[in-house]
Amino acid sequence: MAEIHLTDLTKSYGPTEVLHHIEGHIQDGEFIVIVGPSGCGKSTLLRMVAGLETVSSGEIRIGERRVNELEPSERDIAMVFQNYALYPHMSVRANMAYGLKIRKLSQAEINRRVEEAADILEIRQYLDRKPRQLSGGQRQRVAMGRAIVRDPQVFLFDEPLSNLDAKLRVQMRLEIRKLQQRLGVTSIYVTHDQVEAMTLGDRLMVLNGGYVEQFGTPIELYDRPASIFVAGFIGSPAMNFLPAEVKDGSVVLSNGVIIPVESPKEANVTLGIRPEHLQPEPEGAIALQVEMVEQLGANTLLHGTLQGTDKALTASVAGHATYENGEFVNFSAPASMLHLFDPETESRLEL
Amino acid sequence: MLKRVHFPSSPLPYLLVAPQLAITLIFFIWPASQAFYQSFLIEDAFGLGSEFVWFENFEVLWSDSHYLAAFWRTAVFSLLVAGLSMGFALVLAGFAQRAVRGALTYRTLLIWPYAVAPVLAGALWVFMFNPTLGIFPYFLEFFGIDWNHYLNGGQAMALVVMAAAWKQVAYNFLFYLAAMQSIPPSVIEAAAIDGAGPGRRFWTIIFPLISPTTFFLLVINMVYAFFETFGIIHAVTQGGPGTSTTILVYKVFNDGFVGLDLGGSAAQSVILMVLVVTMTVIQFRYVERKVEY
Ligand SMILES: Nc1ncnc2c1ncn2[C@@H]1O[C@H](COP(=O)(O)OP(=O)(O)OP(=O)(O)O)[C@@H](O)[C@H]1O
Ligand SMILES: [Mg+2]
Repeated sequence: MAEIHLTDLTKSYGPTEVLHHIEGHIQDGEFIVIVGPSGCGKSTLLRMVAGLETVSSGEIRIGERRVNELEPSERDIAMVFQNYALYPHMSVRANMAYGLKIRKLSQAEINRRVEEAADILEIRQYLDRKPRQLSGGQRQRVAMGRAIVRDPQVFLFDEPLSNLDAKLRVQMRLEIRKLQQRLGVTSIYVTHDQVEAMTLGDRLMVLNGGYVEQFGTPIELYDRPASIFVAGFIGSPAMNFLPAEVKDGSVVLSNGVIIPVESPKEANVTLGIRPEHLQPEPEGAIALQVEMVEQLGANTLLHGTLQGTDKALTASVAGHATYENGEFVNFSAPASMLHLFDPETESRLEL
Repeated sequence: MLKRVHFPSSPLPYLLVAPQLAITLIFFIWPASQAFYQSFLIEDAFGLGSEFVWFENFEVLWSDSHYLAAFWRTAVFSLLVAGLSMGFALVLAGFAQRAVRGALTYRTLLIWPYAVAPVLAGALWVFMFNPTLGIFPYFLEFFGIDWNHYLNGGQAMALVVMAAAWKQVAYNFLFYLAAMQSIPPSVIEAAAIDGAGPGRRFWTIIFPLISPTTFFLLVINMVYAFFETFGIIHAVTQGGPGTSTTILVYKVFNDGFVGLDLGGSAAQSVILMVLVVTMTVIQFRYVERKVEY
């Protein structure tokens, strides 16, 4: 168990810098999820912590130790790979015992640890099988078993659930979370799935193009996204963005609709509002012209445009609701649910 | 009942395979059957007539101590060639896989020996190890080794083994490299995280995972050592000194074309043919079952 400190961390492949000045302090026992679109550098960052990629500049500390120069084996970490990376020629038992044998534990201790992990993960009956005789979900458990028998200071996960079907993914997600809480091991988990990120993480590090956009709890990210990118990435369906102007203490949309907010500054802004925060109200100022209706059962999504403009707008209405295409539906938006962003820097403007 | 699928018949498929069939018939089936037939004949001393003798040629071989010695010698020779060239190729492939800079150059250079004809390969080694002119005997003298493979049977054997193995290294290297590259890198990374150093990773992960390739190469190299080393031996030692480098395939040539014992030589080549067929069958059986990890 240990804290992890990332200080001014960068990574370059030749002249191209793919990670820029990453900062982050991870508390002991915390579950951190690194999330972002494909190619943003999530795996690279995780592999740097693991010691599988060199550090171009900056520092990584695990516990009290600077680990930049240490081999992966000296960092006291365990990693679960996307493709499980089990040793195909070894039985499940041998897979889990491999690292323990190298550390010269007694055979009795090895058996005790392997069997304990196998019980936790409910894979005891598969101990003598080869990996290819297991299903994807079972392999995933073996890969986790191999990580937990080592009793490391840090767990690293690189998209461990992305090869599983949707149902199993939800189930394994819960199990990983429970397991981590039970063992209390500091964990870093990489995923591109924002739902997975929101449900698993104590805190989320949102990466975009090699920059940390925001590092905070799921609720912080949802309630106070630091940038247009985070606002659009977290939450489903994605937040609506509308060009607007702040004038005389209110926001004026491009079709002239005025929403009062408490902001003294006058500027061009991007207004963000989540679909679920648009409340249907016959007198509401925001009118949506319906183009498509999506029935999800628990709620209904209305896709269309803001009246009088071609700006896309989506609203989420509770329960079943029927609307005609082309119909106008009015909504109101409480000022506390609005987000304002600077259209130039794309960063959040405080109200 | 299985239902057969019927295709409209057309002469085109036959036409397309005809050249290959013709080559196989003329250059393989026909000479092989000739050898088979010949192995039952004994020619008279002047080559004017021959007598059908059933298995007498084979019986003679079986009680011929020279032939049995050649058999044993061939086994040693081919195991040494296979072991040496595969071992060396394995080490080179291990390094090539880890190479970061200049990997392409390194690989390209390693493939060249395969393009050298056996006789030329032999000639190269003859020059390098020529007792009076060669560079290696000169160096070996510093270590107190008196090199003369024209007189010393053991040295002659060592030389042909080296020459034959050297030529095969490139081929083995390619297969080993391909096999190593097909191992997912994350498996090796997982082992590194588990605490295994490069040596242990090689022996406990990489080597077991490429064992199907090792088996395949073993058979290929044995077949190579049995048959295709003729050119090298002919160029380097011509089977000598004495018979110390006369392996089976060289003895076939020697007895048949030099000693003019056509029947005996044909019987020997039939035995060789049986051996190679056996090895190929083992190979296919094993490969078909997919090697078990
Ligand atoms: N060996 C390399 N050489 C050069 N560039 C690389 C190398 N490895 C990764 N990159 C680049 O670094 C960036 C980050 O890659 P990384 O694998 O970390 O992305 P990721 O966020 O994990 O994406 P994904 O979700 O698709 O796995 C990418 O733009 C990639 O092209
Ligand atoms: Mg990745």
